[in-house]
Amino acid sequence: DLFKHIQNQIGKSIKVQKNKTQLMVGVKRFVKKLENISDDEAQEILEEKNYVAALGLCTQDPMGNGSSVSGGEVYSFQTPKRSSKMAELASELAQTPGQSVAPDHSECPEKTAKAPQSSKRSSSDKVQQRNKKKEFVSTTPYRLRKRLTAPDPYLESESEYSASCSEEDEEDQKEVSTVLSGQKTPAKTKAASTPPPRNTLAKKNKNKMCEGMFSDNKLSQTLHDLLKKAPLAYAAEIKELNQQHERLFSKWMLQLHLGFNIVLYGLGSKRDLLEKFRISALQESVHLVVNGYFPSITLRSILNSITEDVLNHIGTFRSPPDQLEFIIKRFKEDSSLELYVLIHNLDSQMLRGERSQQILAQLSSVPSIYLIASIDHINAPLLWDQAKLSLYNWLWYETTTFSPYVEETSYENSLLVQQSGSLALSSLTHVLRSLTLNARGIFRLLAQYQLENKDNPSYPGLSFQDFYQQCREAFLVNSDLTLRAQLTEFRDHKLIRTKRGADGVEYLLIPVDDSTLADFLEKEDEDL
Amino acid sequence: ATVYLPLKVLSPPVFSHLSIFLHMHILEDLNKQLFDNLVSFLRRSHSEFQEKTTEWTCRMKSKEIPTAALVLGVNVTDHDLTFRSLSEVLQNNITPYIAFLEAKDCPGVKKLMQKLMGQLMNCYVDVDSSEDEDYVQVSHNRIRCSMTSLINWYESVTKKTDSETPSKKRTSSSRHWQSPPVVVVFKDMESFSTKVLQDFIVISSQHIHELPLVLIFGIATSPMIIHSLLPHSVSSLLCIELFQSLSCKDHLSTIIDKLLLRASFPFKLGEKVLQVLINIFLYHDFSVQNFVKGFQLCIVEHFCSQPVSVLCCQLVDAKKRADSLSHDQCENIRKLPSFRRYVESQVSEKQIALLTEDTYLKETTQKLLEDLHVYHENYLSVLRCLHVFTSFLPKYPLGKQIRELHCACLENQVWETEEYESSLQLARMLNKSDLVTMLQQCVEIFVSSSGKEFDNTVEKLKEFLTQFQKLEEAFQEQDVSVSSQKELQKKTDLYHLQKTLLELKESRRYKKLTKFEMLRFDVVDYIDSLVRNYLVPANHKTLHEIAYFNTASVLREHLNAAPRIALHTALNNPYRYLKNQELKSDEGSISNKAPDICIVYKLHLECGRLINLVDWLEAFSTVVMAAEGPNADAASSDQVDDIIHARFIRAVSELELLGFIKPSKQKTDHVARLTWGGC
Repeated sequence: DLFKHIQNQIGKSIKVQKNKTQLMVGVKRFVKKLENISDDEAQEILEEKNYVAALGLCTQDPMGNGSSVSGGEVYSFQTPKRSSKMAELASELAQTPGQSVAPDHSECPEKTAKAPQSSKRSSSDKVQQRNKKKEFVSTTPYRLRKRLTAPDPYLESESEYSASCSEEDEEDQKEVSTVLSGQKTPAKTKAASTPPPRNTLAKKNKNKMCEGMFSDNKLSQTLHDLLKKAPLAYAAEIKELNQQHERLFSKWMLQLHLGFNIVLYGLGSKRDLLEKFRISALQESVHLVVNGYFPSITLRSILNSITEDVLNHIGTFRSPPDQLEFIIKRFKEDSSLELYVLIHNLDSQMLRGERSQQILAQLSSVPSIYLIASIDHINAPLLWDQAKLSLYNWLWYETTTFSPYVEETSYENSLLVQQSGSLALSSLTHVLRSLTLNARGIFRLLAQYQLENKDNPSYPGLSFQDFYQQCREAFLVNSDLTLRAQLTEFRDHKLIRTKRGADGVEYLLIPVDDSTLADFLEKEDEDL
Repeated sequence: ATVYLPLKVLSPPVFSHLSIFLHMHILEDLNKQLFDNLVSFLRRSHSEFQEKTTEWTCRMKSKEIPTAALVLGVNVTDHDLTFRSLSEVLQNNITPYIAFLEAKDCPGVKKLMQKLMGQLMNCYVDVDSSEDEDYVQVSHNRIRCSMTSLINWYESVTKKTDSETPSKKRTSSSRHWQSPPVVVVFKDMESFSTKVLQDFIVISSQHIHELPLVLIFGIATSPMIIHSLLPHSVSSLLCIELFQSLSCKDHLSTIIDKLLLRASFPFKLGEKVLQVLINIFLYHDFSVQNFVKGFQLCIVEHFCSQPVSVLCCQLVDAKKRADSLSHDQCENIRKLPSFRRYVESQVSEKQIALLTEDTYLKETTQKLLEDLHVYHENYLSVLRCLHVFTSFLPKYPLGKQIRELHCACLENQVWETEEYESSLQLARMLNKSDLVTMLQQCVEIFVSSSGKEFDNTVEKLKEFLTQFQKLEEAFQEQDVSVSSQKELQKKTDLYHLQKTLLELKESRRYKKLTKFEMLRFDVVDYIDSLVRNYLVPANHKTLHEIAYFNTASVLREHLNAAPRIALHTALNNPYRYLKNQELKSDEGSISNKAPDICIVYKLHLECGRLINLVDWLEAFSTVVMAAEGPNADAASSDQVDDIIHARFIRAVSELELLGFIKPSKQKTDHVARLTWGGC
């Protein structure tokens, strides 16, 4: 251990704090030199070695890996819990020494007294608890909801919004952004001759963007405003932590070039870290940023942006494997092609599937595609079996940052955003307003039927045949084909979900909670 | 993957070895036997088709598809390499028409046929890069993928080769026959759905007389799987021959032998590192490819993190480089612990010279480098020699494989270990014929080794051999010892051996040793002296840091990471990462000033399967309020409340992202816990 320490210091003493970009340029120059180097130039080589030493700086970082923790602590058995335990712990924590306890003593016990009280009641009296809970229901999310309705005018003027949407170039490339800048290297003139794909991409994804931006702008706005007021705790330490990771950038570059791919894990958002990496190391090369946490990212959109923006291929593919095959072929043919792929949250909902992981793994195994990705979910490593792992060829890096997951949790698949329901409501009204009167009628029918059955816990949904019957009776459709076409449209907007029951019958459901649905119907009635 | 960064410059041999490695020519060599067998099988299988015999028996037989079952072992990740070289071998020797099918591409027979035809027609285009583009233009997407079209295609292709110019024909026929077989390889036979396989086999067996089809099944488990996957009616359509590829353990041994146990390869692995790599191999994946990856990582890390690795190259280059070291680099050498030890062992004037004069240091370095090189050469020869002995012993106290012996020798002075002691004792009981063969092997090793010091050793060993020869001539004296010898041979287990050993010890006091026994003792003692001389652990050597990579923790961190433990540590003990005194707390508890997410996490650990959000929020705000203390005055309490609320929302949604909780449909305002650990 002592030896390691000494070695580390040696490494540090050698490394002069060099500008990162300068360093990368150095390495590049260095690579070019390799071709015509002879043995006499040993001296020069030794000088170059400094670069390598600077590149390395094997940080035996103080945080190390948490290998000191035994498995039993992490994977223990389920133990029975008393309901009041959380509150007890809270009061215990609140009174831990080292705090100036005296002044807040008056307030604190009061609070702690309240918490156990509520839970005690919950265990003793069920009926009363119901009532209590109802109250709570209205307090917790409601407070949030109220706040959320505040910037509503912004949403109401939706036409304005969509107009501004296309202008917001910067933000629009949220989902997949490709940056091509090959002006400096002659080999990439082909790529450089095309207009920067940013615009085309942004346009294409505009629809999706809008969906995403709603949740982002509207919901998080208030949350963000509030959180901004609360200063980030331990900012200095977090910064220090991040700087430690940033020192690894040049090493990552080296290892990416050596055929490894890099995966980052550890608590805290790694988005900023990767972004910094992109800015400091990848400015001059073709790279693709994939925001995996974006709720409507698909494998196809990733592949499309590679074929269309990186390879300049116009045309469609029958299936992702075909597209992958094409990409692999192109990269094999043209050895000057290089692509860096940065994936934030490789383990996100949308990329989690076996097929997408398989294809991404195959993509990453292409020698001139360099992948650097981050994972957050505790079970993320379970995504990969031996075959995929060997395709990915990972090097694992622990980069615990403790930064808040601002971007990652701001979309509608996030728990608390979803629960507020106001997003669902607004998107319902928003989408339905653009539909024909008949379509709205069809949707109303379904919504009403669902509300009528809201007390039935095993309500499977409305079967297609029944629905068709009802629609016919209401003169909304004249054949089941028109109904199906209509339903496809609903499904595209994620307004309904279909599932097959045990008897093979197709059931239709609106995946929105009942209160929101009731609100929606109320509003509709007002409109009419 | 090409390695072109510093490695190439630093030491060309390292690079060339590495690139050889990356392309895995070693693996190809290993599989040569297997491939030869396969090729001859393929040649045999369709000789009837070749001769175009129309006999009835042949026709009967031709309902059967010749099939090679290729047992590849559980290291699935290495299979691709094997298949790649297999396809190369087949293309060169047998047929241009090879198709590789994977289960994931073939959910149904139709897809399978599409894939098959696509690959076959592509390879047709590849083989004779012909000018009739229009034929190629009929892309396989539009061709109806059926067996008939496949046969039509095959006929047209073979006819074309027939009608070609004679000169061309000759060249092609030297490599392939007129009608080469169509080889279909099922890469992962186990994962194919049985229906697809059955259908394909039944269909193609109907057409086998028109299309010389050969199947190759890649099998990871055991050949029995064929019979459990296919019913008898289908498997009877196959004429199966079994082929076994080398086991992954043998692969590993070869690779260790070719890379680690070569003096010409300047980069070495330290004991811990080697142990980690072997453990990953043995306990995780059996993947040779991953072992190689780990080895590559070691090289990269070594050249990145060790400043003196400049000198890690061939001796000649290293000397040159040592000559041109800069002052800083000299300082680096002075800082090496092994070098310090060396300096301390010198007389005082030399000490001063070594620490102050760069030129003197360079000279010494060159000398030391040479020493190190000689040490390596000797070490490897003696190691192999010792391995010859230990691999003969019952129960292998020092390990069966040379890598185990290597690890033991690297770790510490092997002659001090108990295992070594017991193996010497066992060696003292070897019979004559074994001893003679061992000695002969040792002589071979030493003769072929590049070390110069072994002339005496070889002579000495040869002398032993002649003495044994003489003993044989004077055979009659040995009656007694021979009988005891036989007894020993019968009982091979350790317990009995030890028992007899003790008895022998007892008897030795009374009995005069026979000549043979004396000689045997001499031999063992001589080997022992060799071991003590040459198998000194590497970390006792000066400047060993140049060649040996020792930081196993790096390897474990990057190859065998534990993301879940990292998360656990960060949430339970933020002080480990954020060095702030306020966060310091006892084991198991957490300061109330910890980051929000840590507090929320800690609180949720106290809950059962469902967590009431309201209780949770309440508890959270209790903690946070206490932590913030008195400055949260009553006037802005509403504001504070909102902020705490927002912080709570953020922390909870972060926990959801991390996979600790998920929204629950069972109860409103409750979330479900997904983990149980960490209490």
